[in-house]
Amino acid sequence: MSEVTKINRRQFMKTSAMAGGGLLLACHIPLSRREAFSADGSNFAPNAFLRIGSDDSVTVIVNKSEMGQGVYTSLPMLIAEELCCDWKNVSYQPSPVAPEYNHAQFGPMMVTGGSNSVHSEWERLSLAGAAAREMLIAAAAQQWQVEPFLCRAENGFVYGPGDKKLNFGKLAAKAAKLPVPNKPKLKPGAKNLLGKPLHRLDSPVKINGTAIFGIDVSGPGVLNAVIARPPVFGGKVRSFEAAKALAVPGVKQVVAVDAGVAVVADGFWPALKGRDLLKIVWEEGEGAKVSTAAIREEYAVLAATPGLVARRDGDAPKVLSAVKQRIEADYEVPYLAHAPMEPLNCFVDLKKNSCLIRTGSQSQTADRNAAARVAGLKPEQVTLETTFLGGGFGRRASTGSDFVVEAVQVAKAVRMPVKVIRTREDDMRAGYYRPMWFDRLSACLDNKGMPLAWHHRIVGQSILAGTPFESGMVKGGIDDTSVEGAANMLYAIPNLQVELHSPRNAVPVLWWRSVGHSHTAFVMESFLDELAHAAGKDPYQYRRLLLSKHPRPMKVLETAAKKAGWGKPLRKGHGQGIAVHESFGSFVAQVAEVSLDSKGAIMVHRVVCVIDCGRIVNPDTIKAQMESGITFGLSAALYGAITLKNGRVEQGNFHNYQLVRMEVMPKVEVHIISSVEPPGGVGEPGLPPIAPAVANALFAVSGARVRSLPMTPEKIKAELVRLTDSKKI
Amino acid sequence: MIVFHVNGEKRQVDVSPDTPLLWVLRENLGLSGSKFGCGAGLCGACTVHIDGKPERSCITPVGDVQGKKVLTIEGIPENNPIKKAWLSREVSQCGYCQPGQIMSAVALLKKKPKPTDADIDSAMSGNLCRCGTYGRIRHAIHDAAGEWEDNP
Repeated sequence: MSEVTKINRRQFMKTSAMAGGGLLLACHIPLSRREAFSADGSNFAPNAFLRIGSDDSVTVIVNKSEMGQGVYTSLPMLIAEELCCDWKNVSYQPSPVAPEYNHAQFGPMMVTGGSNSVHSEWERLSLAGAAAREMLIAAAAQQWQVEPFLCRAENGFVYGPGDKKLNFGKLAAKAAKLPVPNKPKLKPGAKNLLGKPLHRLDSPVKINGTAIFGIDVSGPGVLNAVIARPPVFGGKVRSFEAAKALAVPGVKQVVAVDAGVAVVADGFWPALKGRDLLKIVWEEGEGAKVSTAAIREEYAVLAATPGLVARRDGDAPKVLSAVKQRIEADYEVPYLAHAPMEPLNCFVDLKKNSCLIRTGSQSQTADRNAAARVAGLKPEQVTLETTFLGGGFGRRASTGSDFVVEAVQVAKAVRMPVKVIRTREDDMRAGYYRPMWFDRLSACLDNKGMPLAWHHRIVGQSILAGTPFESGMVKGGIDDTSVEGAANMLYAIPNLQVELHSPRNAVPVLWWRSVGHSHTAFVMESFLDELAHAAGKDPYQYRRLLLSKHPRPMKVLETAAKKAGWGKPLRKGHGQGIAVHESFGSFVAQVAEVSLDSKGAIMVHRVVCVIDCGRIVNPDTIKAQMESGITFGLSAALYGAITLKNGRVEQGNFHNYQLVRMEVMPKVEVHIISSVEPPGGVGEPGLPPIAPAVANALFAVSGARVRSLPMTPEKIKAELVRLTDSKKI
Repeated sequence: MIVFHVNGEKRQVDVSPDTPLLWVLRENLGLSGSKFGCGAGLCGACTVHIDGKPERSCITPVGDVQGKKVLTIEGIPENNPIKKAWLSREVSQCGYCQPGQIMSAVALLKKKPKPTDADIDSAMSGNLCRCGTYGRIRHAIHDAAGEWEDNP
């Protein structure tokens, strides 16, 4: 158990003890601003994560944001398993922002990210369920005047000697008066719920239109606002003319905020119409000089110079300088927008001494504190309620709380409840992208064809520099998220060096699903394929030889190859590519089968995906997250790129920032390795291997090695032309 | 005053006729199940049926639906085979695009009760899902097609 987990365990017990000490009726657990405990004590809330009603209802208070990954089901399963309640009676409720709900590992804040909701909450929620079960059993034992060890809990009842039996609801009030056990014992033996593909508790509301996302928040008198934003990053309003906008029926106010000029109206449409009629003179500043073409040139120059060393085994530069034959390649990936289907938005009701925020946040404590600073209130005067998130992917864990701050500024200016909505173009152009990266690699092989030295130089912006996370996660100038996946590579290479340059520029960057791995896996797994082919070896067998000391990635790799029929004849014109990568405590291997269509575009027909994520909660959720990561990664592999010219983002909507659609979606098969290892993540690890698996399959089928994402028909064609030309020579 | 039917009920609204139907449904009629995703008919999150046909409500001026029948996600009964299949296949992830996906799928089955994969590609490729639920949607539509003929 880590030190952090130990500390949090103590804190949890302290909280629980307070709960059992009679404070329950005093409503110590801040469930929701609209709800309080019933004064008769019929609700039993042994800790901050659980409430049992006299009607047998079991409400699990979930401190993680639901953004598709299924936490409103997986986290209740952890509690219900130990509580031994009837799963049919379980429901979820999003937690408020309070210290009890802080992340169990990331420090004093409520945050959802890093694919570690299950990993970080496993122990705390299991203990929460176990503590409540012991209290219910103790209550029953007291009532029956028998020893507790003669009683047991099962499926929502406590059973005692003879045919004694009481449902949890009947015991709740009595249990609430008992002390919380200091060291609740987890139940031994087989699991009832964990490992079963239970249906998601949030599915019904998501298919009948009643699930409330941030954009759906409404109420009497709530105004809508859209913000005219500067055309370049860092731009400021010099002056604006609002008369025409104010003449649009429904437009109430036009106000300047840091993000631009906000048009506030009694509906989204009049606000948008008003915004179109604003005349704004912008102070563009240095931002107007930014272009991705120039950034690329700068990165290429940097890639020729030594960077900070993130990993050094042996002496790769020396070995490489001494050999005649080196394999060298440059890899590139672009800026990427998260593009959640629900554009960013935030509702704010700011009063003199209080502020209510309702939004889909992944980073509630930071957003609440940022809101308090803007509003001039104390953090505890700000209530932040988490709605459903129409996709998060890291974008709703904004290191600068951008979408919350701007909404509070608008609310402060208009003094009315207001909801700021970004249009798709706002969402795509207002920044926070996966960084653009330029990678230079050099390697040489030994006399058996295996890698003797590997030198990997990475150039790109740090997403943590200048944020509150910098002090904790940037060490010796190296942002761990810039080199993750590369600096901790598992392949057995005696001389290995990974270096990093972290240039700065005006383009705002942020974590994007699978963070550094979204880039490093593509580069490393593609380049390793190049080495295998240079050695004349099968890329799958080559990886096996390099992973012989690592049974977990070996097993997913071998299983993927087997399930995909690696090496067996394929349809004419089809090729297979393989990739394996560790991220967020899980190991994933994928085999992609691709062909080229008549226009030279990649068609991905089938993806076989194998994951070892340690102990599992809900296998169907794991499958869904693998399908999800693959689709998300495929959009990046085939289409995704945010480019800037004269400081302007050139993409704005789904016509020029394309996503995978139904007609191009491959068949995906997911296999889960049975494991007793500690739980790993599932939300992100499915993504990293897909781009290299597709790139490697493209090479297998066409001979084209595309080292730059996205793999567009133009790039593939150019590479094929180059190959033809080089053969002629 | 613009008058039209929504989910079988006559409704009237006093808004500028160029207001997209989506915002009238969401803001004036309190039906927030239809979602805003792109504002340009590119993502399908706002899909509703107008006189039985799937349309993008984010680019449909409400003036154009005068006298017409609009069906939204809120008007699809719980026992609809598509909804049931969506649950049994556990399609939803973040769920934001699903109302639009379901409206497109219901329209498909109304037109073609036994769609092929190519029919599904053609009917559903206008509905984006960032979470990647396409595979499950395909399965769910095939499942629902089996039941559709008995219970359309």
